[in-house]
Amino acid sequence: MSLGHNITIMEVLRKLGAFSLESLRSMGRIGLFLLKALFCMITPPLKGSWILRQIQFIGFQSTLVIFLTGAFAGMVLGLQGYYTLNRFGSAALLGPMVALSLIRELGPVLSALMVTGRAGSAITAEIGIMRISEQIDAIELMGLSPFRYLVVPKLLAGIIALPLLTAIFDVVGIFGGYLVGGKLLGVGEGTYFGEMANYIDLEDVLGGIYKSLTFGVLITWIASYKGFYSGFGPEGVSKATTQGVVLTSVLILFLDYILTSFLF
Amino acid sequence: MIRVEDLHKAFNGFAVLKGVSFQIAKGEILALMGGSGHGKSVILKHVVGLMKPDRGHVFIEGRDICHMKGRELQAMRSRIGFLFQGGALFSSMTVFQNVAFPLREKTNWSEKQITERVLTVLEQVGLTEAKDKYPAEISGGMIKRTALARSLVIPPEIMLFDEPTTGLDPVIAQTILDLIRSIHQELGFTGIIVSHELARVFQIVHKAAMLHDGVIVAVGTPEEIVKSEDPIVQRFIRGRIDWTLQ
Repeated sequence: MSLGHNITIMEVLRKLGAFSLESLRSMGRIGLFLLKALFCMITPPLKGSWILRQIQFIGFQSTLVIFLTGAFAGMVLGLQGYYTLNRFGSAALLGPMVALSLIRELGPVLSALMVTGRAGSAITAEIGIMRISEQIDAIELMGLSPFRYLVVPKLLAGIIALPLLTAIFDVVGIFGGYLVGGKLLGVGEGTYFGEMANYIDLEDVLGGIYKSLTFGVLITWIASYKGFYSGFGPEGVSKATTQGVVLTSVLILFLDYILTSFLF
Repeated sequence: MIRVEDLHKAFNGFAVLKGVSFQIAKGEILALMGGSGHGKSVILKHVVGLMKPDRGHVFIEGRDICHMKGRELQAMRSRIGFLFQGGALFSSMTVFQNVAFPLREKTNWSEKQITERVLTVLEQVGLTEAKDKYPAEISGGMIKRTALARSLVIPPEIMLFDEPTTGLDPVIAQTILDLIRSIHQELGFTGIIVSHELARVFQIVHKAAMLHDGVIVAVGTPEEIVKSEDPIVQRFIRGRIDWTLQ
């Protein structure tokens, strides 16, 4: 093997090592960020008005988008579900199929993805701009913790809002499925809704709630972290926002698989 | 009161501070001069513990702020006011809310007491009329004055000014410096002013220090600095004065 070849291998190994170390460092930092936020969350004072403002932003202001996506997801499920089940002569099970799909999977996951796109990106941009315009430094220099004002309210709002938004998504989706399956394709109202009670357990509902709680923490945690440590200038903020949305979306799908394999 | 000792700081392998040392007595104001990008703001951020040095110390009343953490650091910072170059006002709050913020978060004052104090400080900086405006709706000079009001609303023992007059027209710049002088006479804080407006700043400071290539090359009273034979100091002062005269 030539000397040049050895140097190339060493260079590749060096870069791989540097990348691994940097990844580990980032993971450590992101973990410590959450621990610090959780510590601030369980130790007073909590900033009530800041928390309410975030619930309004992350929760209330997301209801329209959740309503629309829930309705269309339910309608598509109703349509696809009807044609699939009809092949096996099981169209009567359309209601439970739509409800189970929404409550166990699509409700928590799609709600979380929509909130990531709408609120997660805004959180990263807001905190990132506060970082580059030295507003976070200003809070620190007043002898106050920026975590209490910027991170904890968002984390709590995520924990409160996500399960509620998911519930709205599920209910709207179930009615969307009925609109198509029942009103357009002729599945009876009693069959559609009546069969649900026979097939849906409390475990399914709780599983959906646990997922949405986890996603509520995940979205606000990653979005806040990315904003807090965004790079310099508008370019740094824009990069952090993109990274935040991509990372959160991937982690939502990854965690969904992990949670599903443990919960159900 | 403040003693900076052998401060070293590098960013991505590029040394910005290479052993900065100076001290300021209680009640004194020091002007920190030097070219753009030479690390003056970096020094200020070390003095308040926003940055940790690679080597060296910053002592405030004999206690090293570089090694402080948690509540001890928060308590120390509560004694320091900092005027950021860009103001660092909270964009979601009005001028009044920005100035009231430290009082609301750090004191147990009633809303009436807070309102009275904020209006007094806003009157001092000439911003009573603009109290309900947001930072995006006011001029650069008004932003600086609001930031000054916010940093002074709880009287600090130490005040750090990061280019308080940069980007302002001469009249507003003079107004800001006059304000700093009158507030210093009232509160007697210890201060550092980073500024390029030497002719004006020299009227209100007790000492000046010249930062060049990562070290302090000259320290003295404004008169001593002006008379200094150090070629770096002379070039900087003349450059500024010549530029001002043009």
